[in-house]
Amino acid sequence: MISVTGLTKTYGSVCAVNNISFEVAKGEIFGFLGPNGAGKTSTINIMTGLSRPDAGEIELAGIDVRRQPKKAQAIMGIVPDESNLYNEMDGFDNLCFCAALYGMPKSEREGKARRLLEQFRLDDTGKRPFKAFSKGMRRRLTIAAALIHSPQLLFLDEPTTGIDVESSRQIRDLIRELKRQGTTIFLTTHYIEEAERICDRIAFIARGQIVAAGTLPELMASVSHQHAIRFVTAGSTNTPAAELESQFPGSQVSIQADHSIVMTSKQRIPLLPVMKFLHNIGVEVHEARELTPSLEDVFVKLTGIQSSALTEPERKGSTR
Amino acid sequence: MKSWIAFWNILKKDVRNYYLKPPNISWGIIFPLSWTLMQLIRSPDGNILELLPGLIAMSILFGTTSMLAVTITFERSGRSFERLLLAPIHLSTMVLAKIAGTILFGTFNAFVPVIFAALFADLRAVNWGALLLTILLIALTSALTGLLIAVSAEQVFEAQTLANFFRFPMLFLCGLFVPIARLPLLLRPLSYCLPLSYGTDLLKGLLTRQNSLSPALCFGMLLFFAATLFLICRHRIQQKWIL
Ligand SMILES: Nc1ncnc2c1ncn2[C@@H]1O[C@H](COP(=O)(O)OP(=O)(O)OP(=O)(O)O)[C@@H](O)[C@H]1O
Ligand SMILES: [Mg+2]
Repeated sequence: MISVTGLTKTYGSVCAVNNISFEVAKGEIFGFLGPNGAGKTSTINIMTGLSRPDAGEIELAGIDVRRQPKKAQAIMGIVPDESNLYNEMDGFDNLCFCAALYGMPKSEREGKARRLLEQFRLDDTGKRPFKAFSKGMRRRLTIAAALIHSPQLLFLDEPTTGIDVESSRQIRDLIRELKRQGTTIFLTTHYIEEAERICDRIAFIARGQIVAAGTLPELMASVSHQHAIRFVTAGSTNTPAAELESQFPGSQVSIQADHSIVMTSKQRIPLLPVMKFLHNIGVEVHEARELTPSLEDVFVKLTGIQSSALTEPERKGSTR
Repeated sequence: MKSWIAFWNILKKDVRNYYLKPPNISWGIIFPLSWTLMQLIRSPDGNILELLPGLIAMSILFGTTSMLAVTITFERSGRSFERLLLAPIHLSTMVLAKIAGTILFGTFNAFVPVIFAALFADLRAVNWGALLLTILLIALTSALTGLLIAVSAEQVFEAQTLANFFRFPMLFLCGLFVPIARLPLLLRPLSYCLPLSYGTDLLKGLLTRQNSLSPALCFGMLLFFAATLFLICRHRIQQKWIL
């Protein structure tokens, strides 16, 4: 559905997009994860025809965007990083105007606008102008406006940045629903959790380049060649690390400050024998948990960028 | 059909959101009216018909250039303008839709001094069809000049300053109140490089039969300027706004 090859764009001396290539299949949610200034918006602008690349090819549903931008724009919906509807107009008029830009006849656009306002729970905003909307409402209306002509392909530039947990969750649910209906989705985010939760495939982008791309398991596998288990024990015991290591060859054992035992190994660690061994030497185990690297660890390892450069959303939020 | 829907709705939105707003309507009436009164007070025994061409031309020039400089730069800084660039309509359709509202506004401006003059002078001999066509052509070229200014500016303030830089000299160079024939010889070629000179000459011919050029030549020149300015604007937009 999306095929990008060798995309490059420089602004003066800044190389915003540096030889980027990727493909997105029909019906997939593909996410660009990267810190501020990584080149996410620049890439979207080029793909949507708002900006001209210095080099590279972009094909959307078989249409060459550089040659036929208007034809490509007819099948895409775009949610820019800023909610940019018309301040003076209310929700309904804004949606109808956007529909008209895509040539939808009056009766069709009014029906669709009403349905979208309802779906986005904005139908109670009445005649209130866009400028009087809250941030979350503005974001929702901007997304609704991108869907007015039922595009096959949806671009979302940081759809949930700067809005609350509940609104973000609604937007993510909506993105998943669109995917179920067959829409192909390209989104950018600097929220690791968001990428993890909704994307089928993720590309890490830093300094204008794609550092790694793949499904969540693929990205994880690209760094973790080790198995690790953490055993939580009942307080202070003198756990013989050396004894454990010799009993289970190939493993490394470290004792943490809270007296839990972390065992790492290239092979899978046999849980029951370890537990039995510990039990026999008088160590009471309360909990054993496999330590998997988080996407955050993977990101840091692959890009060399501290994850604090990305902002973590809703740390205490729901875990959907 | 699809382009037509888009064109019509862009025009309708601009008229509703900008041109029909009370401050703009009152500016559109008060500005031409006060200039008309000022000219009358300055030369109380002057024939209002002789002043009319200049007043019409000036009303159009100021109405169109100031509105476009505002509406476009305003939408650009709020980024809603990106919606028009991202819509599946040709750039030409979009540009025409954007200037259509301004042309209507300029035409409305032009008729303020005409209506005022009708109270004092006999306008029965005027060929209204030709007058309307002339006014529309002047509005078209002025709107495109305004667009060219808007493309070059980033801020509303900047656009206004730039617009003044062009339109005040034009008041003197285009024969609005001082006939071109009375300008210093050096300036005259410059006058003939400005579309408004031809528009004003047409107006003079229609209202007082005091034109100095042939009407056919003037029409031709206005059309030529309109086409050239349109192509330049489209090119500049492609250069500057599709980065
Ligand atoms: N119009 C422009 N002129 C000059 N430089 C630009 C322009 N647009 C982007 N850049 C530069 O290109 C780089 C990438 O910017 P871009 O907006 O694509 O990043 P981003 O990943 O979207 O960041 P953010 O998360 O902050 O939105 C930045 O260094 C930016 O300063
Ligand atoms: Mg961005």
